Amino acid sequence: MSKRTPVARTEQDDGDGPSEQPDSERADQPEESGVETGAEAVVAGLENAGVEYLFGVTGGAIMPVYDALYEHEELTHITMAHEQGAAHAADAYGIVSGRPGVCMATSGPGATNLVTGIADANMDSDPLVALTGQVPTGFVGNDAFQETDTIGVTRPITKYNIFADDEATVGTDIGTAWALANEGRQGPTLVDLPKDITQAETDQRPEEPSTPDTYDPPTTAEAVMIEAAAETLVDAERPLILAGGGVIKGEATEELATVAREFEVPVVTTMPGTGAFPQTDPLSQGIAGMHGTGYANMAISNCDVMLAVGTRFDDRLTGDIETFAPDAEIVHIDIDPAEISKNVEADYPLVGDAGVVLEQLLRAMPGRPAAEAWREQCRTWQEEYPLDYEAPADEPLKPQHIVERFDEATPADTIVAAGVGQHQMWAWQYWTFTEPRTWVTSHGLGTMGYAVPAAIGAKLAAPDREVVAFDGDGSFLMTAQELTVAAREELDLTIVVLNNEAVGMVRQWQDGFYGGRHMASEYPWAPQFDKVAEAFGAKGLRAEHYDDLEETIQEAREYDGPAVIDAAIDPTEDVYPMVPSGGDNARFALNAEQLEGL
Amino acid sequence: MSRGELPGPEPGERTHPEGRRNGQGIRIDPEAEAERSAERAVLSALVTHEPGVLAEISGLFSRRQFNIESLTVGPTVDDSLARMTIVIEEPRSGIDQAKKQLEKRVPVISVRELDDDAVQRELVIVKVNGDSPDQVNAITDMYDGQTLDAGPRTVTVEITGAQQKIDDAIDAYRQFGIRELVRTGHAAIARGEAPTAQVSEPNQAPTEAQVATEEVTDD
Ligand SMILES: Cc1ncc(C[n+]2csc(CCOP(=O)(O)OP(=O)(O)O)c2C)c(N)n1
Repeated sequence: MSKRTPVARTEQDDGDGPSEQPDSERADQPEESGVETGAEAVVAGLENAGVEYLFGVTGGAIMPVYDALYEHEELTHITMAHEQGAAHAADAYGIVSGRPGVCMATSGPGATNLVTGIADANMDSDPLVALTGQVPTGFVGNDAFQETDTIGVTRPITKYNIFADDEATVGTDIGTAWALANEGRQGPTLVDLPKDITQAETDQRPEEPSTPDTYDPPTTAEAVMIEAAAETLVDAERPLILAGGGVIKGEATEELATVAREFEVPVVTTMPGTGAFPQTDPLSQGIAGMHGTGYANMAISNCDVMLAVGTRFDDRLTGDIETFAPDAEIVHIDIDPAEISKNVEADYPLVGDAGVVLEQLLRAMPGRPAAEAWREQCRTWQEEYPLDYEAPADEPLKPQHIVERFDEATPADTIVAAGVGQHQMWAWQYWTFTEPRTWVTSHGLGTMGYAVPAAIGAKLAAPDREVVAFDGDGSFLMTAQELTVAAREELDLTIVVLNNEAVGMVRQWQDGFYGGRHMASEYPWAPQFDKVAEAFGAKGLRAEHYDDLEETIQEAREYDGPAVIDAAIDPTEDVYPMVPSGGDNARFALNAEQLEGL
Repeated sequence: MSRGELPGPEPGERTHPEGRRNGQGIRIDPEAEAERSAERAVLSALVTHEPGVLAEISGLFSRRQFNIESLTVGPTVDDSLARMTIVIEEPRSGIDQAKKQLEKRVPVISVRELDDDAVQRELVIVKVNGDSPDQVNAITDMYDGQTLDAGPRTVTVEITGAQQKIDDAIDAYRQFGIRELVRTGHAAIARGEAPTAQVSEPNQAPTEAQVATEEVTDD
């Protein structure tokens, strides 16, 4: 086993004659770089980037890299059950920590199993680095055993990917991938590592992580545009802030709150923007979109100036683009120029870093908009269209009630993960989010199976905080095997399966739009998830009654390790409000009857 | 939360502004809607000369459904760079979006939309039946072309020029029966001192001011 001595900088000769640096003697002893192979350069690249955890599954083509990790102290490898789990765990680690999570897999099936997680990170701009083994370069293109064109497969779903074809630069490639995932608009990157490259001898230490010279994300917005936007905002009668995930990714929550409070502008968040502004603030106007609150959607539809920050105007948010905020002049802040006027035309495009641009705007605002009547109107909508469900005293349990009880029982900084489906929407709607990086789910891709591995990644990123995952029975069945990881790593987290013995979201759509024909949406033989959990070494609990729900929640929370609650919920419960796909946001349905009338 | 004390109006009766946007998210006069029509634009992109860049760019255009007419790629004076010339047909918002999506890819160094007066050339090689060689030659002369190969059964000619000229020449050759033809797609370079797409330009979207001036020059 090679012992690595930490070396602060690269060994590259700058050709400028004898160096006056005190460490110049290193040049005579290149073997002390601590790197002997391409694989060790990869590991050194990860160390340079300050990576703590790797989530992965080993296999033939990636074995040299795994070997280089043997007895390695700084880097902890978490062996996952499935590569999809590795990608989601790394993704959630990235969401919670703000720094790229790293997943790794072998070539062929290992790489293709990562694809869902990479695509998920790409849709949500989550910082993620994927390392994949590849067949030796001499075999590439010959359909070798476990060969997949990983670069080709992942090109459309990565921010950038690199085929590492040189052992001398492979360590630097890792740093480049890490820096690109981290900087500007975050996203997934991938480095494909052919086995001959990782096995080859090299003593080249990687350079410090940095993005290519040609990569130059904008920071400040144009002053003229800032002035114009500020004036429009001040003149607004019905101003609204729409806070997207970019506010959180860009660490701009404080700047956003300052702008909102200084100018008394109500704030609506998108689903990825959840936590960007405390939902307990009097200016919080809730969450918007297909299953957002009625009052948020009313505010969006009726505002006359919208300050949209770090959002890509996804169709689940906008509904029918033709009726989206139809009167609003749009001030759009985004770090990615390509998001400007992609879906909704920006009247005032402000390209730059969210925090920096919000500060620019703050300084440029000549006064505050006179919008008391509008704020009053927003409050009226809150009273007219509160989130609401019928809470009968009798079982079966209402899922919304379970979410609310959990929220009450846990501290404010608790991290909430969710799968995809109705349970995700109930968790989103009925939890009160007050802090950024506490809502961890799959937004843009809508990936069932996200919750369990995400809870693992989230817990490792924030070991001192509580992690609660809400999952559906269908979603849970897609990645439940990752419980074995949570048990082995002794991760203290709670998974609540809101079990309706159906892929409920699909069943709801069948009821709403397919005449109640329940094709492939019901699970008459759902397993007992508490027993499944026990088999994996987790604690299994059941929740069936209102009177011992509180106790069950406490038991799960107090258990020191992973606990799974199989909660038998009302299988007929549906998610409302709902704006049908492509509908007008102001015409949300509050119940089945209203939906039918749309 | 408990049931609202003041149940708000039903979906159809809620307040809603009269305004509308079009399918491209642009606010419009609801009375007079006219979808913006497609225009043709020539984009020149300077990219790093490395494997996979062509696949990356062509993949970008296909998955984002940008309508492309031609895409050519070739080396530049700098060995480490290649230039792509892309002709697309899209409404203005689509052209702007295509430029920004291109600029965003890491291997893309800079992108420019060329003015209408840019120098544009395309080359076609046409193989026609050789039954009437004199008439074929006459047409080739008319279009300033060259005969590349002539045999008892076929004549192969080359024509270079702007797109319209090439289209016209091909039409003229049809009477002889075209056996095969191959077109290169567009090569274009900005006229005079104007840059086509240069290394020094930062890899980011043009500022609004730039966009505005470009639009003015386009008109
Ligand atoms: C991987 C994947 N497959 C299929 C779907 C389509 N889909 C969306 S929601 C849903 C139902 C999810 O069921 P479940 O996890 O039980 O949650 P519920 O809606 O019942 O709360 C399905 C099948 C998806 N989003 N992801």
